[in-house]
Amino acid sequence: MDVGISILVWLVLSIVLVFMLLTGFAYTTLLERRVIARFQSRVGPNRAGPQGLLQPLADGVKLIFKEEIIPASADKVTFILAPLLAVIPAIVVFAVIPFGSSIELFGVKVPLTLAPNMNVGILYVLAITSVSVYGIVLAGWASNSKYSMLGGLRSSAQMISYELAMGLSLVALVVVAGTLDLNAIVEQQKQVWYFFLQPFGAIIFMITALAEVNRAPFDMPEAEQELTSGYNTEYSGMKFALFYMAEYIKMIVISALSVTFFFGGYREPLPLFLTQALPFLSVDHTPLLGPLYFGLKIIALLIVQVWVRATLPRFRYDRLMKFGWLVLLPISLAWVMITALVVLLRG
Amino acid sequence: MLESYIPIAMLFILATVLAVFIIVLGTIFGPRRKSFRKASPYESGMQPIGPGTRRMNVRYYLVAVLFILFDVEIIFFYPWAVNFRALGLFGFIEMLVFVGILLVGYIYVWKKGAFEWD
Repeated sequence: MDVGISILVWLVLSIVLVFMLLTGFAYTTLLERRVIARFQSRVGPNRAGPQGLLQPLADGVKLIFKEEIIPASADKVTFILAPLLAVIPAIVVFAVIPFGSSIELFGVKVPLTLAPNMNVGILYVLAITSVSVYGIVLAGWASNSKYSMLGGLRSSAQMISYELAMGLSLVALVVVAGTLDLNAIVEQQKQVWYFFLQPFGAIIFMITALAEVNRAPFDMPEAEQELTSGYNTEYSGMKFALFYMAEYIKMIVISALSVTFFFGGYREPLPLFLTQALPFLSVDHTPLLGPLYFGLKIIALLIVQVWVRATLPRFRYDRLMKFGWLVLLPISLAWVMITALVVLLRG
Repeated sequence: MLESYIPIAMLFILATVLAVFIIVLGTIFGPRRKSFRKASPYESGMQPIGPGTRRMNVRYYLVAVLFILFDVEIIFFYPWAVNFRALGLFGFIEMLVFVGILLVGYIYVWKKGAFEWD
């Protein structure tokens, strides 16, 4: 492919990606508020626009016109840098996640992944998601406030503890898949999802992913009732909005990763006989359906996350750390060895 | 293969521009009415006593050190996992030895009470 065309394709794809993530973030907030309202027998925001569809826009405009307070005792440079460090990695992870196979556009074959067939895909994902810990711990430190400090410390300890089990649950997947390339992993799930081959791996991955993005029931760092929202206590206006954005984009990212690793990525979520009877529903036949299937699967997992938040109470901090180190870590280690043994015996 | 990092760099620049733009947007349109009380750290309406960043519990350091130990060992799993089918029985036994050594350290740390948060 010509270099100029490549650069154009990358530019367009990354702009589309950022735009999709921003829209996705805005409507994930609305989705969460509406769904959790239903769980609690409320209606939720439904005044701005039809069914409250303009609510995210109203929230955004409101935050733009809010004052940006920087506490006098705060470390100013780090205080401004922290929300950037939280939000940028959340977006950049998406570069390796395939959201479709490839489509023909004006006679050019466009792969629907920003960086397709990257041979260190899973390592890249793990590395970049780890960087976002810095945003949170630096926000807690730079605010120079007790609540923020406690929130930042708790958060970093929790995130690094759960990262171990997350890494191990993916090792078991790699043993089966034999590659770190996300596109290849998706293509291998054509027949059967890895969720059915790796049920423990998938469940451990999803639990640790919830802890990694500080969602309920692992939302200790921002426990509203005890820490007045933890590491972002001192943040206001658009800097607060960036932390909010980072959290929701990370929710989308972990849903996208779970889908890619365990639920067949952009492949059709339909039984084989149906795609044989109606071949136009399969991604091989109509590549444009790939992003649609991918989006629907992500929305399903987002609703599961809201469901978990509506159902489970918050963990106590000591139990949370014990659960990570004494339950999830040994189980995932044992699961890696069991997977390896099964793969070895089956040849 | 290095060329696949170019689009990542482009996405990184785009994300940075977007995030900086959002912060600038807030600074331009937000009001600026400074006051002493507003600039003091939030403590539920109380006067803050002492510095905000005080000494923290040593357990947090312990978790950080343990994380580095175990995380480095988990990174060793990845090349093994990718080549597992090629390595076969030999690779499996080698990894059993490795996990055995890992478990000795894990049980030692456990018995020392590093995972106890009271």
